[in-house]
Amino acid sequence: MGEFLEFDNVSRHYGDIRAVDGVSLAVRKGEFFSLLGPSGCGKTTLLRMLAGFETPDAGRVFLDGKDITAQPANERKVNTIFQSYALFPHLSVWDNIAFGPRIAKRPRKEIAEDVEKMLKLIQLSDQAWKKPDQLSGGQKQRVAIARALINKPQVLLLDEPLAALDLKLRQRMLIELDLIHDQVGITFLYVTHDQGEAMSLSDRIAVMDHGKIEQIGTPAEIYEAPRSSFVAAFIGDTNFFEGEVDEIIEGEYSRLEIEGFPPVVCFNDKQLVDGVPVFISIRPEKFRIWREKPDLDWKHTVVKGTVEDVIYLGHSTKYWVRVQDYRIAVHRQHHRFLLDEKPIRWHDDVWLSWHADDGFMLERYREADEQLMETPPEKVGEAQGRT
Amino acid sequence: MNRSRVPLYTTLAVLLFFYLPIVVLVINSFNASRFGGTWDGWTLKWYAKLFTQRDIWLALKNTLIIAVGATAGSVVLGTTAAFALHRYGKSRLQRVHYSLIYTPLVVPEILMGISLLLFFVAIGAELGLFTIFLAHVTFCTSYVAMVVLARLQDFDFSIIEAAQDLGAGWWTTTWKVLLPLLAPGIAAGGLLAFTLSIDDFVISFFVAGPGSTTLPIRIYSMIKFGSPPLINALSTLLLVVTFTLVALSQRLTERRRA
Ligand SMILES: Nc1ncnc2c1ncn2[C@@H]1O[C@H](COP(=O)(O)OP(=O)(O)O)[C@@H](O)[C@H]1O
Ligand SMILES: [Mg+2]
Repeated sequence: MGEFLEFDNVSRHYGDIRAVDGVSLAVRKGEFFSLLGPSGCGKTTLLRMLAGFETPDAGRVFLDGKDITAQPANERKVNTIFQSYALFPHLSVWDNIAFGPRIAKRPRKEIAEDVEKMLKLIQLSDQAWKKPDQLSGGQKQRVAIARALINKPQVLLLDEPLAALDLKLRQRMLIELDLIHDQVGITFLYVTHDQGEAMSLSDRIAVMDHGKIEQIGTPAEIYEAPRSSFVAAFIGDTNFFEGEVDEIIEGEYSRLEIEGFPPVVCFNDKQLVDGVPVFISIRPEKFRIWREKPDLDWKHTVVKGTVEDVIYLGHSTKYWVRVQDYRIAVHRQHHRFLLDEKPIRWHDDVWLSWHADDGFMLERYREADEQLMETPPEKVGEAQGRT
Repeated sequence: MNRSRVPLYTTLAVLLFFYLPIVVLVINSFNASRFGGTWDGWTLKWYAKLFTQRDIWLALKNTLIIAVGATAGSVVLGTTAAFALHRYGKSRLQRVHYSLIYTPLVVPEILMGISLLLFFVAIGAELGLFTIFLAHVTFCTSYVAMVVLARLQDFDFSIIEAAQDLGAGWWTTTWKVLLPLLAPGIAAGGLLAFTLSIDDFVISFFVAGPGSTTLPIRIYSMIKFGSPPLINALSTLLLVVTFTLVALSQRLTERRRA
């Protein structure tokens, strides 16, 4: 143990639906921890079991060394930011924020001081006497944050707190949340289906799917070293390849056989051997695209393909390259505007290369996960070819 | 700009059809003539006379006692019923519950009156204020439940969870959050119950006993034996009270919608 917040093999089923299915998870004190996954994967249910609004069918929840599984919601030292804000419509901003401390029967003077402090933190000191329906979405959001934080919870729970805001406001609140977390030093448990939010805010992320944890790690770990096809496809764009381990070379690397490809060298931390089927994931930006066959060392794989589509994205260009049965998504940054270089166009023959450390062997692969990604247009006619 | 005037005329016709008898009644209550046929000039004497009639005061007292009691009883029952219906609305038991609550709204009053009378007689209850009170509670509860249920339907229950989340127990949550927010709905239901109870004739008529005459029953007997101008005056007063209460109840339900 020694972890601040812990879910130990927690399950919650609704009839046949396994909303949360044997989740074990440990969060450190002061951490900004995110639960990330598609809608319906059980994030809210998991969060509600920590808040005390749901009771697990099995498993235990620990907070600060204490088993809180059966503790009623109003006795837990955690507070929630609800997606709908859930401000009390009949109370002013001031009274909303003072609600918790008043219930805790703290001295009046202390409450007044703390509320003022909170109002300052959320920059709403001049709106303290307004009712919630006189506030904008972003302001309501901030009141909800203040109302929770004033109780100095051991964990602050946030359930898709930005989902109801428009894009501009969302980006601003993202920065504010980050600042608030740094200022108050409270553990944040943040639920979202938006990988961008999770990546930019979190110290660590737990990726969930169908009530189970798929992977836990820092944003970089999750992105660079996805363990399953679900994680690879849900977080960012990727390409999957199916192959077989041929031989292990120099310990950490192995040669793979992928149908129609030259031997592929790949980092092999799983130490898979001989004839084991594997799936690897390679992110689009890991490829380099060449007009001429490049001469690279043994850790690189070089394959020949044909460009099927070119999509200019501003900060980069996306190419769909056909190599045998695969359509490979390739992102290339524009480092300089090369007037003298002939641009790569539709139908051009090109060479793709990648480094052995850029391909990542997956522990679990599911074909359905391919649907999570943007798929190329199936039939590419002359008219659709773009430069 | 040759818009059809037909809708305007229909509206006027409908309004006339609805309210002409009432308007005639109200005007006649100020008519100095003893008989409605002729106009002898304005007067308030019927109202003055009304206040000297002991039996009318008694009827008013009965009516108010029953109305206040029935309102209190039906607000408590109706509100709790609405909560149960909302919370467990999908279970089979609650669907039966809903139908049962809904039935008194559509069952012919005379049927309710007869069945209540037979029931009270069967159990040997003495007909009087108490039986009227019980009868009123039965149908008022349905109305209160429907009004409160409508309010619950667009009530954001995460607010209740928010209160618990902030440390409030069941009691505090109910008093500090739930009731203040539902108060307009409950008050609207209560006003409606009060109005219905004051106005009810058919059911009261069946379950009333000696000495428990209510205003509507009193009016009815005055038609047979009393003087028409007095009835007009009394009915006008009843009308004013009813309209005020209904208008108030409607304002309460509309308020927080905005
Ligand atoms: N009270 C409930 N009754 C029945 N099913 C529920 C209930 N709450 C959640 N579910 C189901 O459990 C699954 C997980 O829901 P939820 O935790 O809300 O997912 P998320 O927050 O990740 O979108 C969903 O399939 C949802 O339909
Ligand atoms: Mg959710």
